[in-house]
Amino acid sequence: MSAIARLRNPKASYALMLLPVLALIGFLFIYPMVDMVARSLGSTQGTLTTQYYAPIFSKTIYLRVLWNTFEISLLTTLVTLVLAYPVAYLIATGRRPLSLFLTVCTLIPFFTSLLVRTYGWMVILSPEGLLNEALGLLGLGPVALLYTRGAVLVGMTYSLLPYMVLTLASVFRGIDPGLMRAAGLFGASNVRAFLHVYFPLSLPGVLGGSLLVFLLAIGYFITPALLGSGRDQMIAMIVYEQVDRSLNWEFAAALSTLLFATTLVVFFVYARVFGLGKALEAKR
Amino acid sequence: MTGSSISDRIMRWAIYGFVGLVVIFLVAPILIIIPISFSSARYLIFPPPGFSFQWYKELVERPEWLRAFWVSLKVAGLCVVLSLAFGLPASFALVRAKFKLTPLFYALILSPMLLPSVVVGLGLFFLFSKLGITGSVGGLALGQAVVIMPIVVVMITSTLQGFDRRLEQAALIFGASPLTAFRLVTLPIIAPAIISAALFVILLSFDDLLIALFLSDPSTSTLSIAIWNNTTMQISPVIAAVSVCLLGMSILILGLVAIARRWA
Repeated sequence: MSAIARLRNPKASYALMLLPVLALIGFLFIYPMVDMVARSLGSTQGTLTTQYYAPIFSKTIYLRVLWNTFEISLLTTLVTLVLAYPVAYLIATGRRPLSLFLTVCTLIPFFTSLLVRTYGWMVILSPEGLLNEALGLLGLGPVALLYTRGAVLVGMTYSLLPYMVLTLASVFRGIDPGLMRAAGLFGASNVRAFLHVYFPLSLPGVLGGSLLVFLLAIGYFITPALLGSGRDQMIAMIVYEQVDRSLNWEFAAALSTLLFATTLVVFFVYARVFGLGKALEAKR
Repeated sequence: MTGSSISDRIMRWAIYGFVGLVVIFLVAPILIIIPISFSSARYLIFPPPGFSFQWYKELVERPEWLRAFWVSLKVAGLCVVLSLAFGLPASFALVRAKFKLTPLFYALILSPMLLPSVVVGLGLFFLFSKLGITGSVGGLALGQAVVIMPIVVVMITSTLQGFDRRLEQAALIFGASPLTAFRLVTLPIIAPAIISAALFVILLSFDDLLIALFLSDPSTSTLSIAIWNNTTMQISPVIAAVSVCLLGMSILILGLVAIARRWA
């Protein structure tokens, strides 16, 4: 009986299958987020206050962190774009073995632990690491590479490159190669054909990939913490620091809410441009 | 097309050269770890002055590493169970039921993955502190499941979308109960996707640092936390040895995923 009833009314059983996950998300995600925002606005004191936000926008150290976060994320996005564009182009237009080889190489950072990758960069950039030893052979003195802004950019670009390459390649695949050939037949040089035909068509991918990389970059923690110096602190690092060392939970909540809100804004811009479905599946 | 001009050819080789450099950029930090892990030096120096197993020996001999690995394994196992238990039925309902709110549910389930882990970790930290379950293996696995389960849902729903439901309906017409039809028809077809999803959950659980930083205590330090503690203080080659082990695990898991896919 129950089986037949369920066959007749599958909606009820599907609702039953969704219930546990909605309960989990409600209890372990929505409630904590609401609680975090409430805490940042003074729920533990019982009065509405902006006192926990005030230092973020008035104290130089925190303004500096906000600026760092923005600057590092923006630069990472630009560098990632420049590195990824030709790779994605060859993935989309190259012959099968080349395209497969480049895809596999692109996915390497995806499937290795973030800590392992970052450690690899520490080995390359450290005072007695690969790059400095190579410089030494050329007779150039050791250069401070590790614990610099440059190291943070290199590490973050490395981690975020796959997202950019994959987003660009999926857009490039949809561009008809016949268009470039047509431009060539009408006498356009390759460079001209690229600038006037291919590049404008690739812009949705450029925008999508950039928004995605920027969105992921602003929440970065491990890479700037391990490869940067005290001057390269990003917002995610001080959120954790407030809990770990300063024990200032309310301030941590305010910083975290700011990061949360910024991420949502970037995400909604992305969703507006590309549709919600695409936006949700972007970060796999 | 006739033979390309010299400037076109130079252009093409410039692109190949540039992409070649990017490929080196992509593999270098992974490959560099392997020789360092066999270094005979007591500190990080490149190239290693000699060959030695000392760092692997230290891994096996120092109980903290084994203990951390054991914690990570327990958390990952529990995380797989939780992610599948919640994610599998949800994936079926999301693909097959035409609720008006389905897109909203989908967005809600996937959203923890899109936010920075620090934000989710802090929220969970407040909640778990209130409940007094920080520092427990179960709490840690539950916290990771919130951010990792979305991947399971993405993987399973995309497989189910390509699934021909007439196969199931045929089984039902021939008198199979829904459960039997599921067990004998649906499950064998989506099993490879479930196995791949489970393996990715293990990989992501081992990779997680931020949720663990917020939710664990010294007695439940995961491997990621042990690595973190050892890289923020000094850059010891012992981390290279751990990294090579983790790389081996990634390769093993990707190999298993490839086998599961082929089996499909």
